[in-house]
Amino acid sequence: MTRQHLGRRVLFYLVLIVFIIVLCFPFYWIFVTSIKPESELYSSVVTYYAHKVSFNAYRELFTSFNFPKYMLNSLVVSVVTTAISLLFSLLAAYSFCRFHYPGRKFLMGLFLCNNMFPTVLLLIPLYSIMRQLNVLYTPTALILAYTTFTLPFSIWLLNGYIKDCPMALEEAALIDGCNRFQAFVRVFLPIMKPCLVATGVYIFMQSWNEYTYASLLTNAESRTITVALKTLIGQLGVQWDMLTAGGIISVLPVCIMFFFAQKRLIEGLTAGAVKG
Amino acid sequence: MSGNRRRWIEKKALWGYLLVAPAFLSVCLVVFIPAAKALIMSLQSYDLRYGPESIAFIGMKNFGQIFRDELFWSSFLRTLLMVVVCVSLQFILGFALALLLNRGFYGRGVVRAVSMIPWVVPGVLVGLIWRWMFDGNYGVINDILVKMGILDSYYGFLAQPVSALWSVFVTYIWQGIPFFMLMILAGLQGIPWDVYEAATIDGATGWQRLIYVTIPSIKNSISVSVMLRIIWVANSVDVIFNMTEGGPANATQTLAVYIYQKAKSMNLGYSSALALLLMAALMCVAVPYMVRTFRSETG
Repeated sequence: MTRQHLGRRVLFYLVLIVFIIVLCFPFYWIFVTSIKPESELYSSVVTYYAHKVSFNAYRELFTSFNFPKYMLNSLVVSVVTTAISLLFSLLAAYSFCRFHYPGRKFLMGLFLCNNMFPTVLLLIPLYSIMRQLNVLYTPTALILAYTTFTLPFSIWLLNGYIKDCPMALEEAALIDGCNRFQAFVRVFLPIMKPCLVATGVYIFMQSWNEYTYASLLTNAESRTITVALKTLIGQLGVQWDMLTAGGIISVLPVCIMFFFAQKRLIEGLTAGAVKG
Repeated sequence: MSGNRRRWIEKKALWGYLLVAPAFLSVCLVVFIPAAKALIMSLQSYDLRYGPESIAFIGMKNFGQIFRDELFWSSFLRTLLMVVVCVSLQFILGFALALLLNRGFYGRGVVRAVSMIPWVVPGVLVGLIWRWMFDGNYGVINDILVKMGILDSYYGFLAQPVSALWSVFVTYIWQGIPFFMLMILAGLQGIPWDVYEAATIDGATGWQRLIYVTIPSIKNSISVSVMLRIIWVANSVDVIFNMTEGGPANATQTLAVYIYQKAKSMNLGYSSALALLLMAALMCVAVPYMVRTFRSETG
């Protein structure tokens, strides 16, 4: 009995470890690739750790490839998008949860069906609209696009969070003499802060990671980090050490943010599925 | 209802509308107007290679051409195959991982966070990582398979049509496991423990508990996540485009990638028509789900 129990436990951990290795190995692999010197990278023997560590690729990215500029582009787009999208979706979600008016459900449905439009369907007309608005190849084009594409999901996330936030607290503030705006700012916002952070991280991740729109709506000046990664291919063949180093740099900010916000974000992501 | 109260409600309604307005306007500008424009463009010969004077209304000609386009049919069928293979395997593996993580063990929170990595990494990078791992000369997957004795010598996975397609599938499956794990794990944690206890007392084996208790209880999580994933996989461009660019010889070209390539080559009318067809196909999956969600939201 105990032996069978032990066997099951071993099997359990074995399968779990295999899963973790499969899910994480590619990530480890690009890190190792990024710190290998070129001689080791392109040798006939594949090595599973860097025998000699070289940060050459990173140095080159920052000096001759203009990587900081692309990071800055991405940062500007993502930060502004996060701010605007968070504000818009907070207002909309607040309206959906705290006000009752005709057409409310229709509007909620409208946002929900927003996600059904394929990326490639909107890509083409957006390109010409952005050109007419004279914002093509500027960060504004991407900010406009990302704000809108992240709205439905952020509204949905925030809807879930706000539903769980008791209205009684705001009502108490109203009775104590606050007006609605004061109740919103002084009572509602502080309670919602962790949820806003989680939603903000989601929006930031989406805009930082997006490629398809960025590839069409930016040029060499306004290029974001995902597009820049792609351009590392082709100019001089594929430079895998630089590519993987760029990959590590591009993924670090979102990874760090995700690990801080993951608990609340996962709660919000899954709430709808469980209830719905 | 007194006039005073009515006015108060109207004022409240006005605030409700005002607060939604910014979100609504940006959706109009970036989603609804472009979608309408795509509809119009799909009826035009709109090819920026030939200058604006070539733009003309041609009715359903684009669609007629599409149905005769072999690349359309092959990429459409490939998308179907990809959705079926990738989503089902993502689901099975995600489910298995969720079952493992649903047990209590030391460090579960960390393991859950770490196994989300494929979900956090941008699609471009996912495509590039796997392109490097599948590399025919220096690829680590070749090295592992040779060391395990499965392969005799290095194989150019991304250079051969069939293996390139399956390499892309593997990549998508890897990327999709965390999402399913997350959704299903959340569903699992919502199942009350006494249901299992009752099933165990009634003599149900592990498998029976899984099939008769677990799966029916998380039906909702399963259907929502499967639908979202189908839409997501069918629409995805970044992974494939950065892994194989649709090649070799169009072997990994899905409908979304085909549309993207057509758009990049500035044949806008034709690609709009293609994209509308993709959307129509996805609607078949999405509409039943949305009707249900909408009912449960209102009900």
